[in-house]
Amino acid sequence: MPASLTLLLADLQLFPPAASAQAGPIDALYWFEVIVSAIMTVGIFLAVIFLAWKYRRRPNVRATQIEGSTFLELSWSILPFLVMLVMFWWGAKLFYAAQNPPKDAMEVFVTGKQWMWKVQYPDGTREINALHVPVGQPVKLTLASEDVIHSFSVPAFRVRHDVVPGHYDSLWFTATKPGRYRLYCTEYCGNQHASMGGWVDVMDDREYANWAGGGSHGSLAEQGQKLFEQNGCSTCHQLDQQGRCPILRGVYNKPVQLDDGRTVTADDSYLRESILDPNAKVVSGFQPNIMPNFKGQLSEEQVIQLIAYVKSLSPTTPASQQGVQQRPVVIAPRAKAPAVKPPQ
Amino acid sequence: MATIAHGTHGTPEIAAEEVNYLNVEHGWKSWLLTTDHKRIAFLYLISITAMFFVGGAMAVLFRINLLQPEGIFSAETYNRLFSMHGIVMVFFFLVPSIPATLANFLIPIMVGAKDLAFPRVNLLSWYLYIFGAIFTLYAVIRGGVDTGWTFYAPYSSTYSNSYVLSAAMGVFIAGFSSILTGLNFIVTVHKMRAPGMTWGRLPLFVWANYATGLIQVLGTPVLAITILLLAFERIAHVGIFDPNIGGDPILFQHLFWFYSHPAVYIMILPGMGVISEIVACFSRKRVFGYNFVAFSSMGIAVLSFVVWGHHMFVTGEAMYTSVAFSFLSFMVAVPSAIKVFNWTATMYKGSVSFDTPMLYCFGFIGLFTIGGLTGLFLAALATDVATHGTYFIVAHFHYVMVGGMVMAFLGGLHFWWPKITGRLYPEAWAKFAALIIFIGFNLTFFPQFILGYLGMPRRYHAYPPEFQALNVLSTAGASILGIGYLIPMIYFAWSLKAGPKAGPNPWRATGLEWEIQSPPTTFNFDETPTVTKEAYDYGPMEEEIVG
Repeated sequence: MPASLTLLLADLQLFPPAASAQAGPIDALYWFEVIVSAIMTVGIFLAVIFLAWKYRRRPNVRATQIEGSTFLELSWSILPFLVMLVMFWWGAKLFYAAQNPPKDAMEVFVTGKQWMWKVQYPDGTREINALHVPVGQPVKLTLASEDVIHSFSVPAFRVRHDVVPGHYDSLWFTATKPGRYRLYCTEYCGNQHASMGGWVDVMDDREYANWAGGGSHGSLAEQGQKLFEQNGCSTCHQLDQQGRCPILRGVYNKPVQLDDGRTVTADDSYLRESILDPNAKVVSGFQPNIMPNFKGQLSEEQVIQLIAYVKSLSPTTPASQQGVQQRPVVIAPRAKAPAVKPPQ
Repeated sequence: MATIAHGTHGTPEIAAEEVNYLNVEHGWKSWLLTTDHKRIAFLYLISITAMFFVGGAMAVLFRINLLQPEGIFSAETYNRLFSMHGIVMVFFFLVPSIPATLANFLIPIMVGAKDLAFPRVNLLSWYLYIFGAIFTLYAVIRGGVDTGWTFYAPYSSTYSNSYVLSAAMGVFIAGFSSILTGLNFIVTVHKMRAPGMTWGRLPLFVWANYATGLIQVLGTPVLAITILLLAFERIAHVGIFDPNIGGDPILFQHLFWFYSHPAVYIMILPGMGVISEIVACFSRKRVFGYNFVAFSSMGIAVLSFVVWGHHMFVTGEAMYTSVAFSFLSFMVAVPSAIKVFNWTATMYKGSVSFDTPMLYCFGFIGLFTIGGLTGLFLAALATDVATHGTYFIVAHFHYVMVGGMVMAFLGGLHFWWPKITGRLYPEAWAKFAALIIFIGFNLTFFPQFILGYLGMPRRYHAYPPEFQALNVLSTAGASILGIGYLIPMIYFAWSLKAGPKAGPNPWRATGLEWEIQSPPTTFNFDETPTVTKEAYDYGPMEEEIVG
């Protein structure tokens, strides 16, 4: 028994490691809240104990009837509220900073599925329940779900975002300390919810360059190009001349005029919707009901590949170079990431 | 009638055995067809206690599972245990706990009425509760439900293969029981107050339950709608929440929390009302700042409807929406803080005694303070992101719901037990149990705050080994807490038969309920009382006793 107790206590952790640029500032707010709460709790406890003891019932001493005090009521409403305003402002500021990833953030695509996280890198590398990121590099995760709501959480980075089926979510972080950190699903998603987790490996640049090997099936955009042809997209969405459908070259992240007069940006979410449910937002000047519905035909991972392909069709890229990956890849033996066969 | 029955023995004491609501009629029909609010409260008390022990047994089992990092039971079993624990405890214990029992018993008496405004509706509400409980327990027996008490779609509507519909229909039906109770309270407080019982003279317990009634009537229908939509989608595959058939899962969360956030105030406001009564009686003083305490109940009821978005900060709601909900969530903390400060200040220059109800009251103030303050971590956007979906949340709401509401419920039950049953409970045992519960509670739930910030997700049947020490501590605390809850069960049952007679006012408390016999007669008052005094008029009583 004592032996097992020592074993238990050897593992005992009281505070999580802080391994991202966000972690420090969030911890600072956390400690501010802890200190305010501790002061208030100890204050209330001491006040209760002191008053209860000082005014304990004694023979021949009677209670003095007191109505109340507007001054006190106002003070103990307004003063705590001012402290709370500090918490509110501080929390909102950090939250705001966490909304928009820097322009140079590296993109990784994560698909949640009962009960695993499937990760795809732009260079075509794929892994399950594992994420490899270089230290010091902002990383933006685009999150999609195949089925129910999941939530992607890395406590050491103090980041979390729900992964709601039907659209993309995202979060970003900059890892600051090499090491291995746990990642979890923190939205109950069914039977094996507790096993939907894994590790984030934060590597220094050299290690990372060694690890990043590229996929055996080409980059994400190349995989997307294959799908583009296999699914017959290319017959209508021709690259250089107007077919029955809009030209996709250079459309990524550009404003698009819709037939109902609205203008939307052709970002990941719009492209995803237009692949799965093309009639939802039809581009001005084109007929609805021409493109088939791909909902249920393509997995979230395949949609991500198609979007990567569309993204690679920049207006200046010559046709011969479409589909090349966007970040330099160092060819090296793949370390330990499990090789995953693409579906189909 | 009772005097005639016992009259042959001739002794004056037995002859003086008063007719009261308990002995006026006998037989099961006299209970199951009663319209007496006190008998219905008693029926509710037995039913919710049974449900409390059903929900508690599930908690004991899943805490045992969490002794080992890899878990002891299967994932299926564990998921059903925590889901049923949540559903039973929230909808079949916490929501009806104080309103359907203590408030059902006391509100008519406190306002000087013979019964609630709609006695038959009150009985109907109990039948609906039982009907709902049967549906939910049927789901348990058939193999359980595994969605958590939140029934999040599309998991609940499309993916789960457990008995979701049966459990959800139970919640749907029990919701009407809650609506009817709230409706009865609102009408009773408006229309049935005795002459002289002005709004400013109402006991704070009545104010708190009035505010609760408003939430029950306005919020619960939204839950009912949500469950119906869920059922439509599950049965008929109409796309409402599941994006694969054209629905939106976020819609479910908006609808669910539009009820379920106000509902957490259904689960705490009545407890706050109990604490106001107890702290006044055992300090022999009027509650400090009566108006502020009364209006803070109303403030909580109103603000409770505009903070639901704080459950969705990491769900991807628009950033400025989150900022607004964060601000409103801080605002709703203010009225709660006002109450805590006023209860504490009530003891100032009082004459404080340490009877069991007061011990529970101390427990409530301490634990609710911790529960409330940790709520600020979740109202602040950045720290909510870091703690959402972890044990931090679990610890926070158990401090409020169990540390707050269950403490208040037990405090109130001890306080009014002599009135309800006419008997006293054994004081030493009761103090001992209160202490055990306080220790067990903190040992169970405090480690969960630490686990939460470490990142341990809730609803995990297995967890990383580095979390084991804190989980073992929590399970140890839960077993102490479980024993703590069993002790009052035993001595209350004993006191029902063998406890010493209490007399009309064992605590020398103010309030109409203490001016009538214990237990009261069926219609409470021989003639309608006329109220001439403020609530908590302890001054003259102090003069009398101390002299």
